[in-house]
Amino acid sequence: MIQFDNVNKRYESGQDALGRVSLEIDRAEMVFLTGHSGAGKSTLLKLLTAIERPTRGSIIVGGQNLNRLRNGQIPYYRRNLGIVFQNHQLLFDRSVFDNVALPLSVSGCSKREVGRRVRAALDKVGLLHKEKQNPIVLSGGEQQRVGIARAVVNKPALLVADEPTGNLDPKLSEEIMGLFRQFNAVGTTVLIASHDLELIARMRQRVLTLQQGQLIYDGYPSREPAY
Amino acid sequence: MNQRIKSTPARTATPAPERARSTGAVTARTGFGDRFSSWQAHHREMWRESWVRFFASPMSSGMTALVIAIALALPAALQLGLTNFQKAVAGWDGQPQISVFLHKRAKESAVTSFADDLRADSLVAEVTYISPEQALAEFQESSGLGDALLGMDANPLPAVLLVRPRSSDGVSLEALAERLRESALTDSVVLDMAWVQRLANLTELGRRMSLGLAFLLALGVLLVVVNSIRLHIESRRDEILVVKLVGATDAFVRRPFLYTGLVYGLVGGLIAWLLVSIGVWLLAGPVSGLANLYGSGFRLDGPGFTYLVGLAGGAALLGLTGAWLAVARHISAIQPR
Repeated sequence: MIQFDNVNKRYESGQDALGRVSLEIDRAEMVFLTGHSGAGKSTLLKLLTAIERPTRGSIIVGGQNLNRLRNGQIPYYRRNLGIVFQNHQLLFDRSVFDNVALPLSVSGCSKREVGRRVRAALDKVGLLHKEKQNPIVLSGGEQQRVGIARAVVNKPALLVADEPTGNLDPKLSEEIMGLFRQFNAVGTTVLIASHDLELIARMRQRVLTLQQGQLIYDGYPSREPAY
Repeated sequence: MNQRIKSTPARTATPAPERARSTGAVTARTGFGDRFSSWQAHHREMWRESWVRFFASPMSSGMTALVIAIALALPAALQLGLTNFQKAVAGWDGQPQISVFLHKRAKESAVTSFADDLRADSLVAEVTYISPEQALAEFQESSGLGDALLGMDANPLPAVLLVRPRSSDGVSLEALAERLRESALTDSVVLDMAWVQRLANLTELGRRMSLGLAFLLALGVLLVVVNSIRLHIESRRDEILVVKLVGATDAFVRRPFLYTGLVYGLVGGLIAWLLVSIGVWLLAGPVSGLANLYGSGFRLDGPGFTYLVGLAGGAALLGLTGAWLAVARHISAIQPR
């Protein structure tokens, strides 16, 4: 699903954010990406979401080489991606329903189809009864769930989350992770960047650890307590 | 090791969800017909939404529209004034006329034969004879000085021949005037040509000035729209970032702003037409009074339907162009970081 081959990212400031990173994530895998801040987590996610382009090396996502992606093709590439942000990035000038519908209206879905899919996505995150509310009145956990509903409404093959539990307490974090696990169970590839090591350990999934732009660990920490 | 072994068969052993996902990927690709109708729907929605946004902040959008309106009303009013002026002088324009003032002692019979000779001339289209009596009567009527003239012993006015030439080009006119001067009956010849030319030149000057003014003010309108749209884009920066991240094309992001520019222009154009109409309505009374005093039936023409369509259409186009300039510059600068 995701293939990084000797990927190097140097910003214009001269800072090397990623150096020779190679990794492979299979279809329907659930993988955590961890590391201290500044280790290159967000750079890796930016490369994956075509916000940034690699300086060297190649990135292939779902059979598509991102190096060859023209600027005009980026929107179409992103439509196959679900992105969950730490600060959820909801728009407070419209209802929960309209927030979740955004990726569908962007890709030109018929109105009936939009209603059906948005309700299905909201149902999955347990917020169907709040579709008419403004997201500003929701709690932090609920807002993040709306963000997740928006990310999965397009039924993307790949779900990418950047610190999705960053501002949530452990119980809510657990709930959110449960949701990701559900989507993964139906075949969605899930990549979650997080620094919540305790939570990651409990999830018992594959973990990638970055340090100063290098991939220093790739494995299952539950089996290697030395980590 | 356990983890891996346990989780892998768990996924392969449940083919049903796998199938569910793959149908998902298929339905995620929307057909062309669907996309087209939703593209249309988005246009309709943006058109509606831009009006909603316009009236959501009536003060600021109203001001912008009013600035556009005033900038457009000025050249439109000038243009309309020129059209009306041309209509008012339509009786005189282009057609030169030569007035031949005859000697006071010229015999009437000689004058009539001279007039007949002139009518036979190939250069002359029409000759009108005004006898001293007629001239006096006309003068008394139009000047209101009749009583003053009554006190005089003799009619001081000469007989006049009004000659309308067939062609209005300078050389043949001069030749004709020269021939008229040579006649023994002629006292003096006045060629109205110079005055007509002066008028034409003045009209042309006015026309060009109004064009120049229109051009400058259209540029001003463009800048006003560019600036308003830039502010709109700034205020919706977060929204632009989010829709770009969920896969919005640039065209999708541009659309609401283009419609907003269009609405600004349209409303500005309509207000401009209204301003010019009010101006004409205010001036119509005094102008027709003035025309009556000069014995003319001239009435001021208002900005009709063509002005309405021209102003609204032109202004909408300006708004759209301004919005396009603004989005071309500012939307590509807003990229997710």
